[in-house]
This record gives sequence, structure tokens and C-alpha cells, in this order.
Amino acid sequence: MIQTDIIIIGAGPVGLFTVFEAGLLKLRCHLIDSLPQAGGQCSEIYPKKPIYDIPGFPSILAGDLIDNLMQQIAPFKPGFTLGERAEQIEKDAEDFFIVTTNKGTKHRAKNIAIAGGLGCFEPRKPPIENITDFEDKGVEYIIKDPEFYRDKKVVISGGGDSALDWSIFLTDVASEVSLVHRREGFRGALDSVEKVMDLAKEKKINLITNAEVVGLTGQGTLEGVTIKHKTQGEMQKPTNHFVPLFGLSPKLGPIADWNLNITKNAIEVDTFDYSTNIEGIYAVGDINTYKGKLKLILCGFHEATLMVQSAFKRIYPDKNLVLKYTTVNGVNGFE
Amino acid sequence: MSEVTIHIEDREGGMHTVQAPTDMNMNIMELCKASELDVEGTCGGMAMCASCHCYVLSEHELSAMSEDEEDMLDQAFFVEENSRLGCQLKINQNFEGLKIKLAPQSA
Repeated sequence: MIQTDIIIIGAGPVGLFTVFEAGLLKLRCHLIDSLPQAGGQCSEIYPKKPIYDIPGFPSILAGDLIDNLMQQIAPFKPGFTLGERAEQIEKDAEDFFIVTTNKGTKHRAKNIAIAGGLGCFEPRKPPIENITDFEDKGVEYIIKDPEFYRDKKVVISGGGDSALDWSIFLTDVASEVSLVHRREGFRGALDSVEKVMDLAKEKKINLITNAEVVGLTGQGTLEGVTIKHKTQGEMQKPTNHFVPLFGLSPKLGPIADWNLNITKNAIEVDTFDYSTNIEGIYAVGDINTYKGKLKLILCGFHEATLMVQSAFKRIYPDKNLVLKYTTVNGVNGFE
Repeated sequence: MSEVTIHIEDREGGMHTVQAPTDMNMNIMELCKASELDVEGTCGGMAMCASCHCYVLSEHELSAMSEDEEDMLDQAFFVEENSRLGCQLKINQNFEGLKIKLAPQSA
């Protein structure tokens, strides 16, 4: 069991900055995020995009902002549970929250800060009617272990980097690799595109463009896919594995089941301390909503700063908090 | 302030006629959000999420698609010949009478 003062759900910019503000009050934090790296959207969606409204930075790349935040919070030695989704919240006999992830990792703390942004990033699922029937029975949205495809036939669909890279990689592993893409051109790194084109010429990748996978067939497990070509109509392709790679999109996910008051996919909070309807659970950043809410990183920073004051009071009800300036006291990290 | 009239069909087939200012550097995604239509605009308008995917139903001449927009539509579903990302359609005088339809939300 991981023990801490504040469990932060979501390791985006606001979740990370919460560690800093909590650290100034000598509170320890542990972050949980479904993505394998810290940074949330900034790292996952737009690491190379400049942000212009971070105070003091005329322009900063989203990825650099995350690097800086990681540096800024390092003295406070935050813990991380990455690549796991916070699934369940319970309370134990001593009134502590227990947060359990989808992989069973348990965390215990007096306070929870939900800094979940837009929710958990999950693979985009193509709108094929019976696709859920074949999940883990031939349909995989993520390639975990390429060896799984050794000497098997695989159909990949998608036009981005991961579709290209995995198609290339699997040519040496699978017995047959087909790549289905909606149009002729590809996005993604130029050398990957070239490589795929070369492998297609050598007949190592069966490249099917201007086409989409529209149907799945099989008794219990996947036996074939239906591919619809823009001009040539539909064709059947026998395969035991279909891997749709269409990137990730955020879903509110388990947060919706935690008995929090939710309006339009956001958690209602009191702007006094960004507390939710459940005492001890706070929500900061894009995930929360209140009158006048703006979904800006800088607003999330402010929310986190006020929130930790209230979290402190819950842990030390008898202690008085005195605002200490970092210019006077510096940053005193944890041993 | 100059305005244009834009017709938006929501996912349930409901029609919404909205006035859009042309001098506020507004795009169709923002217009939908401001009109309380069910458009998420997850990435904030960077052509990186496709949650503002829509179909252009009228014959308006619109700005050509950028590489980014084309690339993002590759990862979207229910894509048709007239698919666009609302966030990439900056509202100007030529939009008068534009008719669009919101694309289905994907799972």
C-alpha cells in the first residue's frame, strides 16, 4: 500500500504543480496517471506546440513546460503510478481514502486531488458494430508484445505513426501484414512512410489504401475482416488479428462512478477550496467546473494552490498555516 | 460588428440557425460551443482531436485543408468527402448561409 498525504489523480501540468504547492506546506504527494508518462495532454497531444499564456514565459513548448514542472517538483520527491488508471475510491475505518488502480495498486491518503483534465486517454475504437465482441479475441487496440503476432496474419488500420511503425516492425514477426488506410497519403514521419512504401513494393506489407475495415467475422474469435474500398466495393480478408491504431482520446471513465456531482463531464467544486461534494476529495484544472470557469493551465495552478491549504487543514486541524514566501524561505525539499 | 448566419444540424437532426461575428477570429468549433451544442473541442482548436468533426452541406468555397487537418481526419471515423474539422474553419464574410452537420461522436 502506497501511503501519502495527497493522492493526485492525473499527472498533467496542474497535477504536477499541486505537488509543488503541497510540498511548500510539507505535504507529500503521489500521482496516478493512465498514460505511461507524466504531462497529460501536454505530453500526449501537443508536446511541440508553444503555449503563450503561462505567466513569465512569452512562449514555452508544452513538452518543455512539463520538463520544467518535473524539475520544479523534484525536491518534493513525488511518487508516481503511471500507466495505471485510478479505478476505485473507498474509505477505510480510519477515514482514509483508498484509491485502487485497474492493475490493483492501492494508495492510501487523507486527501484526493482529481486533476484529471478531460479524463483518461483511451484508444479510439473504430465504429464497427460488433467490435467489442472481438476485443481480446482477435481485436487489440494496443500492441503490448509483438511476439504475440509471431507467424500470424495481422491486419492493421490507421494512418499515423504507430500504424506505420508497427506495420514495419511486424513484417519480421508476423506471417502476413496488411495495412488498411482511408486515403493514399500518410501522416507520420517521412522515413516511416517511405519504408512502408518500400516494403509494400517488396510485397512484405500488403498495403490497402482508399479503404476502411467495416466489418468483423468469426465464431467466438476473429476469423476475418471486411474491407470496404472507395471504388472497388467490399472484400473479405481472412485474419486472426485486427489492430486498429487511431490514437487516443480522453474519456471521463471511472470518475463518473465516484458519486461526485458532475455537470457536462466536469466535477462541480466550491471555489473557496476547490472541494467537491465529498469531503476530502478536491478537483482542480480542466476536470472541474464552477461559475466563471476557464479551462486554462494558469487557472489550474491557482486552483491547486488554494486547494492544498484546505487539504493541510484536514490533516492538521490544529495547526495554523502561515503563508511563507519562497523568496524568503527558499524551497525546502524532502529528505 | 458584422455577422453571418450559419445553419448547424446537430446529431439528432435538430436545426440551429446562429449568428456568428466575423470580426472575432472565431471558428466553427467555438461557435458550436458558444451555441451550447454538443461539441467537445478537446484539444482547444489545434486540429488534434477531431471532436469538432463536421460535414459541410452547402456549396461554400472554404479554405483548403492543411496537412494537420487532413492528418487528423485520418484518425477520425465516419469521414466523408465533405468532412472538415470545425476548429479549422475560421468564420469570415464568405460563410454567410453556410450549412454544416455535426459528425457522429466516436466511442
